[in-house]
Amino acid sequence: MTNITPVAPTLAVVGLGHAYGGIDDTTIAETGPAAGTSKHARTGTVVAAWDVSFDVAGGEALGVIGESGSGKSTVMKSIAGDIMPTTGRVTLQRGDGTTAVITEMSPAEIRALRVNDLSIVHQNPADGLDLRITAGGNIADRLTAAGWRNFAAIRERAAELLTRTEVPLDRMDDPVGSFSGGMRQRVQLAKALANTPSVVLLDEPTTGLDASIAAGVLDLIRGLLDEFGLAAVVVSHDFSVIEMLTQRCVVMQHGRVVEHGLTDQLLEDPAHPYSQRLVGAARA
Amino acid sequence: MSTVRDLVATRRDNAVMDAGAVRAIRRAILTAIAVPGYQVPFGSREMPVARGWGSGGLQVTMALVGSADVVKVIDQGDDEGVNAVNLRRLILRASGATETDDVSESTIVQTRHRIPEAGMVDGQILVLQVPEPEPLRGVERDTRELERMHAEADYAKMWVSLYEDRVRNGMITRTTGYPCVVAGRYVISTTPIPRWDVPALHRAPYLALFGAGRAKRIYAIPPDTTVEPMTFEDVPFEVEFTPGARCRHCGSDDSYLVSTPREEGGETWACSDTSWCRARRHQRGAQ
Repeated sequence: MTNITPVAPTLAVVGLGHAYGGIDDTTIAETGPAAGTSKHARTGTVVAAWDVSFDVAGGEALGVIGESGSGKSTVMKSIAGDIMPTTGRVTLQRGDGTTAVITEMSPAEIRALRVNDLSIVHQNPADGLDLRITAGGNIADRLTAAGWRNFAAIRERAAELLTRTEVPLDRMDDPVGSFSGGMRQRVQLAKALANTPSVVLLDEPTTGLDASIAAGVLDLIRGLLDEFGLAAVVVSHDFSVIEMLTQRCVVMQHGRVVEHGLTDQLLEDPAHPYSQRLVGAARA
Repeated sequence: MSTVRDLVATRRDNAVMDAGAVRAIRRAILTAIAVPGYQVPFGSREMPVARGWGSGGLQVTMALVGSADVVKVIDQGDDEGVNAVNLRRLILRASGATETDDVSESTIVQTRHRIPEAGMVDGQILVLQVPEPEPLRGVERDTRELERMHAEADYAKMWVSLYEDRVRNGMITRTTGYPCVVAGRYVISTTPIPRWDVPALHRAPYLALFGAGRAKRIYAIPPDTTVEPMTFEDVPFEVEFTPGARCRHCGSDDSYLVSTPREEGGETWACSDTSWCRARRHQRGAQ
């Protein structure tokens, strides 16, 4: 695959693959887009993702598109450290210049990474927030995990983040469970940015929101990505989200990357038949 | 019974526990001393008291006590509380130890809810009866997640709960079981003593053992170990205080006081530590 390699990739995914069940050359050869399935007929092995590589630089956003079961969640979980992939390597440049090899880290190291250097914005705010506690408390969770112990400083930082993500400050001390869907998502963004991570993963960040609310949240995300110079990976099945947020994207089908390129070009002139079908469906 | 060497050396049957149980509980105690603040699981025995009535403290005491020991047992600071009297009788009859209400004479002090006001010294052992040993229970219900949090010293959720308490109530409302960091590592529940007693645990010269019979855990604060209440840098840790309150018996305003409502309305205050209060009255009387 042709890589449009940025100067210093903040996030690098190299030869990532994950299979459920035993693998050999035939299982890999007999699955994927050509076979029309990610499940190997003879052995039952599911090759959820294979041979996935891409780089993301600071300030850049990369989209991952594909239908359910295409392997995009597997890629996302491998980057997040939620699963240990069968093969491949994921590296992240921390803010302090050191490199984290996520695919070689212990669960404890990954948790520390997720506090300081890598944030995830979930589709469902309940996965990223504790709805029983206040907006400020949710942000305090990240800050205290990173060692903040000064009450006034935590309040000040939480207020700063909530202001930036356009959550009214008079709601700061209300439980997040009392918030609307759009506002929960804004709190989730504030929490994700709390410790100025270098990489943020956005998993269907606006799915489930009303169109008008979603547009506002997307505008906000785009502004934040620029302002904080984050390397972002955006997973979505929604082309308008990918189009608005990302410069480059990869298209996945049956666990493989079938196309890779500049978002504008790919949406205007998709090369792979599957991309054409996807774009066609979205444009219809 | 005063040193770790004694713990390793002397093994004996008593009427409540056989030598095997004594050994097993001593092993748990030794582990607890070796890893300050870590909750050591142990095979909690059936005791002649119901679980929840001090069976954890009783097992720790029974594993330590011998006929040469002098035992003080208090309940809410009171040597004459029903539970204290019953536990003391049981301990004395089973071990042949002698009893006292004077802290300075005792080798072992078993307590529920209080640390004696009169300071204890090196060589004495404080045994606390613990209802719920897990300090994080209120913020996390999943036991495996709790174990992970302790293993990785990941106490962010506890900090968040302290943050939330202050935001919602303007102050720290937690009274008993205030979470403390032992030796800079494990968070323990100082259950069920009031905040008043927490500073006494910091670099205390004596060994403190916490026994939870129902939850089957023992943990320890060895002598001269740091015990720091979890508190934000800019929010000082405060102990209970009621302006103007004085003990109606000894006149103290520098001890932990409990209130009693008066028939005609209002309330009066008295020392929670009864033997300390009595000693102070004698002292005043003598002057």
